[in-house]
Amino acid sequence: MLSDWQFIALFAVIAIIFPGAPLMMASLINPKKPNPIKQQTYECGMETVGDTWIQFKVQYYIFALIFVVFDLEAVFLFPIASAFDQLTLFAIFEVVLFVVILLVALGYAWRRGALEWF
Amino acid sequence: MSFNIIDFLESVLTLSIADYLRDVWAGDMPNWLIEVIIDVVGILIVSTFLLILTLYLVLILRKVLARVQDRIGPNRVGGRYGLLQTVADAIKLITKEDLIPSGADKLAFNLAPIITVIAALLMWAVIPFAPGLTGADINVGVFYVLAISSVSVVALLMAGWGSNNKYALLGAFRAVAQLVSYEVPMIMALIIPILLASSMSTQTIVESQSVWYIVVVPLSALIFIISAMAELGQTPFDLLEAESEIVAGYHIEYSGMKFALFFLAEFINAFFMSALFTTMYLGGWRGPGAAAYPLLGLIYFMIKTFLVYLFLIWVRGTLPRVRIDQLLYFNWKFLVPLVLTLILVVAVVAKLIPPDANEWLQAGILLVVNILLAVTALEFVRRYARSRRQAVEDDAESLGGAASALSGAAD
Repeated sequence: MLSDWQFIALFAVIAIIFPGAPLMMASLINPKKPNPIKQQTYECGMETVGDTWIQFKVQYYIFALIFVVFDLEAVFLFPIASAFDQLTLFAIFEVVLFVVILLVALGYAWRRGALEWF
Repeated sequence: MSFNIIDFLESVLTLSIADYLRDVWAGDMPNWLIEVIIDVVGILIVSTFLLILTLYLVLILRKVLARVQDRIGPNRVGGRYGLLQTVADAIKLITKEDLIPSGADKLAFNLAPIITVIAALLMWAVIPFAPGLTGADINVGVFYVLAISSVSVVALLMAGWGSNNKYALLGAFRAVAQLVSYEVPMIMALIIPILLASSMSTQTIVESQSVWYIVVVPLSALIFIISAMAELGQTPFDLLEAESEIVAGYHIEYSGMKFALFFLAEFINAFFMSALFTTMYLGGWRGPGAAAYPLLGLIYFMIKTFLVYLFLIWVRGTLPRVRIDQLLYFNWKFLVPLVLTLILVVAVVAKLIPPDANEWLQAGILLVVNILLAVTALEFVRRYARSRRQAVEDDAESLGGAASALSGAAD
């Protein structure tokens, strides 16, 4: 078991080489002639107007919040699923109750219009 | 034991090189060093294989898409099949100037492509290529895959935010909304094979598929492949890099090798999703004779993975792009409730079947349940669509009535 995690740790270290080496190679042989016009933001040839880093449409954040709820639910469901063969029928009904509560929450978000896109 | 070329080749054929090398080196080196060397060699083989494979995945994509669109595709560089086209492209990308826009957040901008590639490579650590041939057969394999694949979302946001470009930012926001939303049905769909195999280890899931899970729970497989396509940003769901709307999305400002790294990660991810689908639903390396000859298992695994990859390209060549509201509605109002119901139904039904029943009988019952659920869901959608259409028609009728009344008044 430990050797498996050692493999993953080694993989994580070595995986840095694979994007790193071509970047190094490219930085050795590619031309470097920057000028202000070349480094302008590319937006269809126009000069860019206004700040890019602004407050953005709130809808995206609402979906992110709903996602957090369901991701947490998944974290609880995974251990249950991997112990499925040892569960009794009663335990399964508790899981059903758990998922139904979350379905109700989804229905609530739906009713409140959190899933609408304006 | 000393090194012997014939034994070495035999160990290559039975895919037990690691055990062979352990035997050969035992005594010459400390044990931990042997393990580290074997691990490093394995990692290098898998990663290099993936990088070289990517060149040909791109070529396959271009060739098949060309055929779908009644073209020929690349046919000049490297013979009439264009076999060296993507190699030439890669060399071209290396020699291109690396532009950094003046307003960019340099740290985020430079780090993003590196992180995407690392995440794309790391996921391969738990894929079971053949019997006994897994990088790391950890007991939380599927969970590990999901954890690593979420890292690429952060990299996309870094790329879009760091570029200081409005199209890039818009692309990154779309990407995050889409990837984060479709991660829910993908995770939930994967719970079902885990539940049937009662394990998160990928190798155990493959071993428990004496009946392939695509036959047992086809609805889960369908939901998984749809949300995997969305996770990959493939054509029906390619809003995050829609060329005709936001130029290229989050990687608009990238040039040269950094752009190539994003491209690389995209194709490795597409192939990874095919491999994951094969592992979870198509029985992985399973096939006639695979348990006795591991090499056959590797071949079966590759054939199945390539078939799934071709299926993805086929879908990509066929369907038009959806709108962002349609994309999110489809996810939250259809896929998520459906997959949650499926988990409930499969959990209860699988528990109600007596465990000593024939495995084909169990599979048959679950298959029938899946089909029933799919038909019910489609019937719901059909009724809803009909009521919507009826409402639109009624509106048009009353509008038409008003219009004729108006024209009557004008006379």
